[in-house]
Amino acid sequence: MPDLSSLFDPKGIIITGVSNHPGKFGFVTLHNLLSSGYEGRVFPVSREPGAVLGLDVLGSIDDVPDGAADMVFICTPPAINEELLRRAAAKGVTAAFCAAGGYREAGPEGAEAETRLIDLCRELGIALAGPNGQGVVSTPAKMCAQIVAPYAPAGKIAIASQSGNFVSSFLNLANHTGVGVSRAVAAGNASVLGIADYLDYFTDDPETAVSLVYIESVEDGREMFDRMLPLSGRKPIVVVKGGASAAGARAAASHTGALASDDAVFDGMCRQAGLIRAKDVEEAFEAAATFASQPLPSGDRVVVVTTVGGWGVAAVDAMADTRLDPIPLPVDLLAAIDAKLPPRWSKNNPIDMAGGETRDTVPEILQLVAEHPDVDGVVLLGTGIQSNTAAMMRQGPFFPEHGLERIVGFHERQDTRYAEAATEISASTGTPIMVATELATTDPSNPAPASRRAAGQLCHASAGRAIRSLHHLAGYAAWRSARGLEV
Amino acid sequence: MAGYGVPVSPFVTGASSDEVLTAVEADEGVTYPVVAKLCGRAIAHKTERGLVRLGVADADALRAACDELLGRAVPEDGSVEVLVSSMVDGNRELIAGLNDDPQFGMTVMVGVGGILAEAIRDVSFRLVPIGEVDAAEMLDDLTTQRLFDEFRGEPEADRSAIVDALVALSRLGAEEAGLRSADLNPLILVDGKPVAVDALVEIDSDA
Repeated sequence: MPDLSSLFDPKGIIITGVSNHPGKFGFVTLHNLLSSGYEGRVFPVSREPGAVLGLDVLGSIDDVPDGAADMVFICTPPAINEELLRRAAAKGVTAAFCAAGGYREAGPEGAEAETRLIDLCRELGIALAGPNGQGVVSTPAKMCAQIVAPYAPAGKIAIASQSGNFVSSFLNLANHTGVGVSRAVAAGNASVLGIADYLDYFTDDPETAVSLVYIESVEDGREMFDRMLPLSGRKPIVVVKGGASAAGARAAASHTGALASDDAVFDGMCRQAGLIRAKDVEEAFEAAATFASQPLPSGDRVVVVTTVGGWGVAAVDAMADTRLDPIPLPVDLLAAIDAKLPPRWSKNNPIDMAGGETRDTVPEILQLVAEHPDVDGVVLLGTGIQSNTAAMMRQGPFFPEHGLERIVGFHERQDTRYAEAATEISASTGTPIMVATELATTDPSNPAPASRRAAGQLCHASAGRAIRSLHHLAGYAAWRSARGLEV
Repeated sequence: MAGYGVPVSPFVTGASSDEVLTAVEADEGVTYPVVAKLCGRAIAHKTERGLVRLGVADADALRAACDELLGRAVPEDGSVEVLVSSMVDGNRELIAGLNDDPQFGMTVMVGVGGILAEAIRDVSFRLVPIGEVDAAEMLDDLTTQRLFDEFRGEPEADRSAIVDALVALSRLGAEEAGLRSADLNPLILVDGKPVAVDALVEIDSDA
């Protein structure tokens, strides 16, 4: 198993097939790498002499100084890549990302070329990612070595995907939510490095708190299980799976065989290995973002806190098909909250403040709930409504007269404060606090979601989605705890 | 199966009604009313072919049932015999089984059982071998959790007894060479504890 550090933290990168044409992969990769602020040395190589994006193009890899680059990014066609890899290896390159297609996916000749590529990389000791992949991202190295967009904010989620498109989807979601990424790689044809190899690296990687993988085909399910089981106990692994496997189910004489759909067996494997399986890409990203930014709950007991109305009821309803338990409020907690709210509050879980909160109520109640020993997780709803009112006042015809300027400022400061309190209190109590409002998508500039984003904390777009994420955290915590692992 | 600790209802077998009746007489684990089934290596699904007689009340009725079942055998069934066990009383039926999966190797399953098992598809799989923790989580995975509560005058299911049965089944799956699949269907909850009253085992003919 080769060391992947020169793939994710290269000191210098050679890009082959660089062109002056801004539509070509070589150009786009160079552009993205320079735009993301990569600080190592960059060596564009091409048969066309000249300069691209202000860098002199080298006519051959032989012109790269010895030891100045340890990674090569390949945008040239299969016919010349073996020769290029030999020259790169001679310069000290130990990792390659092969973006070029024309291999196994292109037919029998391509498959032969891929076999030769695999053999050569083994011979040269080069860790090969791809071929036929979109690239690799590494925020600690400020590196966006990809033939497509986007780059992403720095964070603790590491992504490996059997489909490059979903790398882009996850990075788009990272940009949208502000919960950032450490590494991201498209496995392409995965001819040498596969998902499990990347997971090995991520699990040892101090920049990563959680791995997020998209899997389409499972060639050897038993091997996958054996490799993931020792990793999942060290760091959570979130999995989303697309498609049915090629092997399929055999005709079975037994009921058990007939019931063994690919999905049922894959699902059981995930449960057994402690993998967190999400049903789609959004749920997977949100679960990973929550693992990356929240403490693990010590159990399933959840209290919902809402400023007003039906949001809390819907949140409790959403727990019905999860492992989460909307507990009745403990008597001492109920009494403590009762002292802080006017009598019309709900006096139960969900805690509906019924609009009775004053300046400090929300942070105080969050603190009381999160620190209570019988509460494992909290969902905070209804933030952002004050700023929503403020926005209408600010945009209306009467602003800033009639005292509007002052109240608008108050509302916006309050929502910012609630968001900050959620982050601080979850960190200090060790109880995860989900924050959800549709304003996360309908008005991301609202101070409630905007403050969450600025803190690198996920603001879920609905109570139901927040509950799915908390369900995944609680499921992983239960898996750990049943096996004597620390929670 | 019983050798691995899978809970199986006591049974006797015989190739003729005389053999069967003598065996029942001699085995105190088998008491009337009994169930009689025609079994053979090539017979997979007995209910579908009408090869099961339930609630057989006494020796005379058993003799008649044996003769009738043996008369239903067709040449393709090969060598057949009648299996007799006590009627097991329980309203709740689970299914448990093993299956050698093309991608994941030997797997173990538990689910909601009975003749509708394949329609309901409330099942949970794991890769063999499993431990007690895995087996307990398999039960947690099932949607129909009410099956494990007190039910129509029967006590709450003994989860740890079901866990033991699944771990035993997993051990069988790990150790028996050539096993392709096995069904315990139904696995009836009797006083909350699982008892297998029928088993289908599929062996790889190359093994």
